[in-house]
Amino acid sequence: MERVPIIKIGRTLFVSIQIDLEDETVVRLQEDLANELTATGASGVIIDITAVEIVDSFIGRMLTMIGSISRLFDAETVIVGMRPAVAITLTELGLSLRGVRTALNAEKGLALLNGIA
Amino acid sequence: MEAYGGQGRMPAYLRDHHDKVVGRWAELVVTGVRGRISPDEVRHELEDLYSLLLRVMTQQDEHAMGELRAALDELSRSRARNGFTPSETALGVFSVKDAVYELVADVTELTSEYLAFSRMVDDLGLRTFETYSAAREQIIADQSVSMLELSTPVVRLWDGIVAVPLVGTLDSARTQLVMEKLLETLVSTGSEQAVIDITGVPTVDTEVAQHLLKTVNAARLLGAHCTICGIRPQVAQTIVALGIEFGDIATKATLADALAYALTNAGLKVVPA
Repeated sequence: MERVPIIKIGRTLFVSIQIDLEDETVVRLQEDLANELTATGASGVIIDITAVEIVDSFIGRMLTMIGSISRLFDAETVIVGMRPAVAITLTELGLSLRGVRTALNAEKGLALLNGIA
Repeated sequence: MEAYGGQGRMPAYLRDHHDKVVGRWAELVVTGVRGRISPDEVRHELEDLYSLLLRVMTQQDEHAMGELRAALDELSRSRARNGFTPSETALGVFSVKDAVYELVADVTELTSEYLAFSRMVDDLGLRTFETYSAAREQIIADQSVSMLELSTPVVRLWDGIVAVPLVGTLDSARTQLVMEKLLETLVSTGSEQAVIDITGVPTVDTEVAQHLLKTVNAARLLGAHCTICGIRPQVAQTIVALGIEFGDIATKATLADALAYALTNAGLKVVPA
């Protein structure tokens, strides 16, 4: 099973999803992220989904769930680089990713987190 | 389409009187189109048609009918594009009957053959009509596509602020296009603020509102902030009467207010020079 690497930069955890998201991968990422948040005490999580072209309702819900988990560790989640087609799909599915912040790209996402901190 | 089956004297007769028939035919057509095509041009077109017609009648080769049809199709398409009426287009073909009839009226032995000839021309005339309407429909379809493209511009108001002035009725197809164009622009320009101006939208019903909300939500997923502005008084009343909730989506009265709001959101301030 493929794993998504989690990179720590300062007080932020950076996750760049470069592979096709399977359900198992997403569940594994959730666990890894929770462990990493406990270990590092990071205050922000940036999830870059620039390379993600296909989403379904499961993945949409997982992203929201990652946001809720991070909140428990007092960390803010920002999803960056969503493609227009993905955004349209999520909207059509009726998912608005409540509790998760979004930014156009990683740079703006980082600025957003720094603004909060 | 019925082919001209006569092996009689008519083809030879018509060929002998080529200039006379074409001359009269061109005269009739030129009167019909009221000077919108030059007589020389008409004559040139008809010469081609006439020689194809003769080839079909003498049954020299099997390609003649196909070529004649293609030539007629081409002619009716160009007529349709240049704004001629269907009758003007069809009369251009039918008038060859008059031209030929004037010639053969006195020759009794050609009467039966004239009937077959007339039937063939009728078929050809109907064909021009069909091609004409097909061409017209094509034009209409092309126009609606270009209207769709024209009516959904995404303009840049400021660095990081884009606007979509919506004009006309919003249906699903258009909203989809607006949504896609807006999102593409937000991503490609890296803009975080979008203003949707609906001053030009005459009516807002639940469906249109639903479309607007979807667009705003999709933009939010990208990390952009949408402001809706230009809601007209009647539209505002309808929205409230229908019980449509815009939730936490920012709405402003005018485009100017929305721009000011977007500038504030972007951390910019307008000061007197």
